[in-house]
Amino acid sequence: MYPSRFHYEAPSSIDEALQLLSVYQGEAKVLSGGMSLIPLMKLRFASPSAIIDVNNIPGLDDLYEDGGQLRIGALVRNRTIIRSDVVRARYPLMASVAPQIADPLVRGRSTVVGSLCHCDPQGDWGAAMLALNAEVVAVSASGERRIPVADFLLGPFQTSLRPDELAIEARVPAPSGQPFGVYHKLERKIGDFATVGVAVFLDRSGSSVTGAGIGLTGVGGTNVKVSAAEEVLVRGGVNDDTIGEAARLAAEVAKPQTDQRGSAEYKLHLVRTFVTRALQTAIGREPIDIRQRRFEDVGALA
Amino acid sequence: MEIKQIKVTVNGEPRIIEVEPRLLCVHMIREVLGMTGTHLGCDTTSCGACTVLLDGVPVKSCTLFGIQTDGHEITTVEGLGRPSELHPVQEGFKEEHGLQCGFCTPGMMLTAAALLEDNPDPSDDDIRWAISGNLCRCTGYQNIINSVKWAARKMAAQRTAVSA
Repeated sequence: MYPSRFHYEAPSSIDEALQLLSVYQGEAKVLSGGMSLIPLMKLRFASPSAIIDVNNIPGLDDLYEDGGQLRIGALVRNRTIIRSDVVRARYPLMASVAPQIADPLVRGRSTVVGSLCHCDPQGDWGAAMLALNAEVVAVSASGERRIPVADFLLGPFQTSLRPDELAIEARVPAPSGQPFGVYHKLERKIGDFATVGVAVFLDRSGSSVTGAGIGLTGVGGTNVKVSAAEEVLVRGGVNDDTIGEAARLAAEVAKPQTDQRGSAEYKLHLVRTFVTRALQTAIGREPIDIRQRRFEDVGALA
Repeated sequence: MEIKQIKVTVNGEPRIIEVEPRLLCVHMIREVLGMTGTHLGCDTTSCGACTVLLDGVPVKSCTLFGIQTDGHEITTVEGLGRPSELHPVQEGFKEEHGLQCGFCTPGMMLTAAALLEDNPDPSDDDIRWAISGNLCRCTGYQNIINSVKWAARKMAAQRTAVSA
């Protein structure tokens, strides 16, 4: 399959990329990993008049902790996330998400920031970044904006990124205490989109919950943040009552549709089950499941 | 039509290639370079038959523009070994009957070679995980796993021989 013709630009700096974005006035698409964009172009669902390939811009592949945040450059690939010591040690939700995305070959190219910008309702990073209260850093000729992911993901394939802006980074707040995180994803086979995905994050100090986040995949027009459940967990800690309440609240904001991956009713059941399972694991009631343990074992090479 | 000139190292050999930006890497390899060992299977980023190594990392060349390889290094199955001097992975596929129709084989072997660079002694599970983006339409997965393990043993023996 051949995409439509396009002009190819490969800027070597952010400034140059911004100039090109203004030259093409919204008719260009930015290419990072290309694992979603190129298939869309081949099917001609997308026919941008220009491709601005940012893969040659130095510094965009940095992944490091700084000033209480994990900074994920626009060219940080899922393979890099999986192999990162800092992610493994301090960002368990991210360490759980990354190996469940697509397949090893796709993960070698695909990027975290690209996934957010693509904004597929079935995208896994959206759910995780909502749970983690992450933000996207966007730059343009008029300066820099830091956009909370909850304000960034607007709808199916729609973000609040302006045509003259380039997303250069995602930033995740560093945990202040003992972090817990897990992503439960049901997929029919490796490489398929999620039937349902649930991302759960907790930041804990002793027995108290200082931060909580729940994000959902595949149950709405975009990833869904379950803010009400987060409040319940921070206020009441994690126990049978709050687990039940969090699962109920998550199913309440989920608006799945019946499709070839399952009925809406089944997907709601999955949301409740995955929220419950994750929180039971957080308090040691349920062992981490075989699939998750496998990711921990092979994570370094996945 | 916009034509750009790129410099790519293909199987260790520097090449200058003229490409239209929309030309996919797999077509560049097969049709411009005339190297047909790289197969085009599903054309939808699923099957991995088109796998090549880009700077040593396995990628699906149907989901990469040729022009993106400018300044980089590609390894195709033609660069893995030579008929007179097979790569241990190629020998392994031969010894352990790791192929039936052979369509997925070039991609499988490149993914396996990259795995063994990272992990010289993979378990069955490690191998299954590593090739989870490569589909075998003959479903001959068990022999593929046996082949990769054969290659791992051969490479370990070679390392021992060198260090002895």
